[in-house]
Amino acid sequence: MTDLLRPHAVATPVERLDGPAKVTGTAPYAFDHAVPNPAYLHPLQAAVARGRVTDIDTRPAEELDGVLAVLTHRNAPRLASDEDAELAILQSDEVAFRGQFLGAVIAETPEIARQAASLVRITVDEQEHQVQLRADHRQLYVPEEVNPTFPTDTSQGDVDLAARDAAITVDERYTTAWYHNNPMEPHSTVALWQDATLTLYDSTQGAHPVRTAIAPVLGLDPEQVRVIAPHVGGGFGSKGTAHAHLILAALAARELPGHWVKFALTRQQMFSLAGYRTPTIQRVRLAADHEGRLSGIGVDAVEQTSRFKEFAEQTGIPARTMYAARNRRSTHRLAPLDVPVPSWMRAPGECPGMFGPEVAMDELATACGLDPIELRIRNEPHVDPESGKPFSSRNLIACLRDGAHRFGWDGRDPTPRGRRDGRWLVGTGVASSTYPVHYIPGSAATVRYLGEGRYRVEVSATDLGTGARTVLAQIAADALGVGVERIELGIGDTALPVATVAGGSSGTISWGSTIVEAARIFRHEYGDNPSEGDEAAGTTPENPAAERFAMRAFGAQFAEVRVHEDTGEVRVPRLLGVFAAGRIINPRTARSQLIGGMTMGLSMALHEESVLDPRFGHIVNHDFAEYHVAANADVGALDAHWIDEDDPHVNPLGAKGIGEIGIVGTAAAIVNAAYHATGVRVRELPVTLDKFLH
Amino acid sequence: MIPFDYQPAENAEGAVATVARAPEATFLGGGTNLVDHMKLGLARPSLLVDVTTLPLDRIETLPDGGVRIGAGVRNSDAAAHPTIRERYPALAEALLSGASGQLRNLATTGGNLLQRTRCVYFQDVTTPCNKREPGSGCSALGGYTRYHAILGASSDCVAVHPSDMAVAMAALDAVVQVTGPGGQRDIPVVDLHRLPGDQPHRDTVLSHGDLITAVDLPPAPASRHSRYRKVRDRASYAFALVSVAAALDIEDGDVRAARVAFGGVSHKPWRARRAEDVLVEGPPTESTFWDAAEAELSDAEPLRGNEFKVPLARNTLVSVLREIVSEQR
Ligand SMILES: Cc1cc2nc3c(=O)[nH]c(=O)nc-3n(C[C@H](O)[C@H](O)[C@H](O)COP(=O)(O)OP(=O)(O)OC[C@H]3O[C@@H](n4cnc5c(N)ncnc54)[C@H](O)[C@@H]3O)c2cc1C
Ligand code: SF4
Repeated sequence: MTDLLRPHAVATPVERLDGPAKVTGTAPYAFDHAVPNPAYLHPLQAAVARGRVTDIDTRPAEELDGVLAVLTHRNAPRLASDEDAELAILQSDEVAFRGQFLGAVIAETPEIARQAASLVRITVDEQEHQVQLRADHRQLYVPEEVNPTFPTDTSQGDVDLAARDAAITVDERYTTAWYHNNPMEPHSTVALWQDATLTLYDSTQGAHPVRTAIAPVLGLDPEQVRVIAPHVGGGFGSKGTAHAHLILAALAARELPGHWVKFALTRQQMFSLAGYRTPTIQRVRLAADHEGRLSGIGVDAVEQTSRFKEFAEQTGIPARTMYAARNRRSTHRLAPLDVPVPSWMRAPGECPGMFGPEVAMDELATACGLDPIELRIRNEPHVDPESGKPFSSRNLIACLRDGAHRFGWDGRDPTPRGRRDGRWLVGTGVASSTYPVHYIPGSAATVRYLGEGRYRVEVSATDLGTGARTVLAQIAADALGVGVERIELGIGDTALPVATVAGGSSGTISWGSTIVEAARIFRHEYGDNPSEGDEAAGTTPENPAAERFAMRAFGAQFAEVRVHEDTGEVRVPRLLGVFAAGRIINPRTARSQLIGGMTMGLSMALHEESVLDPRFGHIVNHDFAEYHVAANADVGALDAHWIDEDDPHVNPLGAKGIGEIGIVGTAAAIVNAAYHATGVRVRELPVTLDKFLH
Repeated sequence: MIPFDYQPAENAEGAVATVARAPEATFLGGGTNLVDHMKLGLARPSLLVDVTTLPLDRIETLPDGGVRIGAGVRNSDAAAHPTIRERYPALAEALLSGASGQLRNLATTGGNLLQRTRCVYFQDVTTPCNKREPGSGCSALGGYTRYHAILGASSDCVAVHPSDMAVAMAALDAVVQVTGPGGQRDIPVVDLHRLPGDQPHRDTVLSHGDLITAVDLPPAPASRHSRYRKVRDRASYAFALVSVAAALDIEDGDVRAARVAFGGVSHKPWRARRAEDVLVEGPPTESTFWDAAEAELSDAEPLRGNEFKVPLARNTLVSVLREIVSEQR
């Protein structure tokens, strides 16, 4: 793939095309769609973690004025497929996790629906449950593969032996907390069942993927389902797969044919029904000589899944390719619990999986008396240690050096607890970032000439607020050799050509390359002077180079941390990221993605933790007052840069994904800086003030 | 949310009579706490009497030099008021450290005092809670206790009162003006909130139908040298883990008067009289500060999971006292 798109609109900071509509509140999100005479759904949920429903008394709800229907497992229609256990709701009396849907009330107003739901009496025969992840859980098992299709365990050489013979070893346990994605817009859907078709205005990361997931469950052909998602208020992975609320809304719509049914999860419901990131317990081992050259890297991850459906976070993956070491090992073990099923959350695998190892690298640097940047440079591999293939491009060292320069790293005194500003102890830290290039086949795009120099380009991509709409228009403009203002873009609708999910930082490169291909075919067929109505279609082009190269983006993150000597309060006045992610399509939206990811990383480092109460089996801090994400005041000087990286191999755009790499490594950089400030090594996230108090 | 009636209050006496008559009626301030509770099913009032329509939205100087803050004054207005900022900086700081700008624009003085605990089990109708449902048990015991009490708790309830404003008011000897069915009375802020004992469902000493009309701040020289310091899990928009309101009056190198209150540690704003006793009539030295903190916290009984609050409260108090003294030099 050497025919790189020649950039004109690409690589310029085009403002978001939908910006004005969004800030004036006229961009319709799923629930906003004005539909005639809607009904509102409020779900019934299990209040125990495991058991059997023995009785549901729905009469008090049904008797309430304005209630249109009450659904439970007793009257809900049978679903056509229960293959995806998460979606097979209301099919039995079984309760598999606390918060599970046990039914729904549909009423004329949301208030009536909510009140009616509170009147339904559900009796459950409660059974003993297990909800707590422990490294020594008795039922730990080996999943067949980890998300999406990686081998569960890998081993090259012998890490035990390497550790035994090494001059210096680090062997520590690191933990990341249970996190909820918490996009701003809750999961919501507006459903209409009419004439054997289902129409959904949905808040999703992929209109086609949603359709593919739910049609068979409902016994429909995909063509009988239309999903429309023009604007999406964030997803961070939680809207990448179909969750049970879609089926509940669809069943309700089927119960009331011809009637629109609106359903938005409350923030609290999102804590049990919209996916989350599993907590991880990571044993990380590093073996090195006195000069810090690694001979062994081992990561053994223990994490959780639900008992009724498996999801295995690929936490051990990044350590497989990050640094050169002859002996390497990574394993994943799962504890099956009576909890909701975990799912994707921004940078699954890489995000938790670069926490333990990148803190361990800092510990190794300290043990070797080496600068942590120098340590990483010494262990830079020449080829991908995992596959033995060359990297299509790998500029980790350039990022570290550029970042060090911008951050003012040089001359840093490594002594912990050596700098203070009044009562604040001050430190700095660094960590690496990485994220794979996911170029996903299977999208299609059409280009049609509208006359007067204008083109309509269609691909059912989704814009989660990332700027996808804008960058795809830029790509289409350059692919057709016209200005951005000449492009009319259609996205977010299954009536348009199929597109893959906005996930894995794959959207821009996969959909964008598809548009480039469609434009190429268009120009090939119609030349530079097409007639109105001329149309061509293209599909995602194959990339033969994918076989020859390992493809990843890299980055370096730097943090300044202050810890208050009296109170232990932790502040991050400065955070800097430098990334190497191929060609940057739009510096403005790219910067937002990167600093957004870093902010989420900061949030993970300092605040985020879904607190489980093992007695009840649910997350007790299930709202925004108690589940803390970083507030404005927590974010200091935050900056993201990138280095010019030419990668002719990745795809016709020369671009790598940037949606997720920003969250990778941030927490480690902050923990490392906190150590530098205080001399206290925190290995358990989040880094809260109590960890510094005595 | 169950259906309810709404009535704007026309005058204080009428509002009191209306609420006193109907056991399920309640006053509505800014609604930032009450309406949440209605949505969550914790509160099910049949009638809301909106008291923000009453002329209780003024801040006035009293003849004795004190200041009266009307019960309807919004938290943001109180925090921004020049007299409050100048004479009672701890109160302004406390108000500004609470909630968010949007919430402070709505929240009222009366509502802030009477906001209920943020105990996660209290706020979740699916878990037992003695405060919400007397006799059902306390889920916090053996559960998530990060935001729970270390002082004055009982085996029935270990919740804390979440207000920042009330902690500063407790330290500054503020007095609550109440109009009830039986007439008008004064209650010092320190006596307004109760310890849970075996009746955790009662947050305060008020009875049904009691309307808060104002809070009076006494004139006090030391209050000018007062500070409020809130320690929390993020830099803003989080409830206190521990907070300290303190005022010191130092003359000729000795502490003449000391006022100290803790927030985030008890079912009520915790006036630290023992610490005050240690501080007065001696020079304000580092070792006195530690002794004062020690005196107050020696009885602290942390729960499993909030042990850190004892050293946190101690260190924060010392830190604040140090700051006040350095400012007065
Ligand atoms: C997300 C979030 C974060 C918050 N963070 C903080 C924080 O950090 N610090 C903090 O201190 N607070 C915080 N708060 C709480 C906030 O300060 C209170 O919600 C607010 O002060 C309540 O005032 P209100 O006027 O809205 O009261 P309302 O909700 O209207 O009423 C609360 C109670 O007071 C009663 N009431 C109201 N006025 C009177 C009166 N005049 N006489 C008698 N009874 C009356 C009502 O009947 C009700 O029982 C937070 C709230 C939220 C939602
Ligand atoms: S601490 Fe108090 S409010 Fe919390 S659960 Fe126990 S009784 Fe209820």
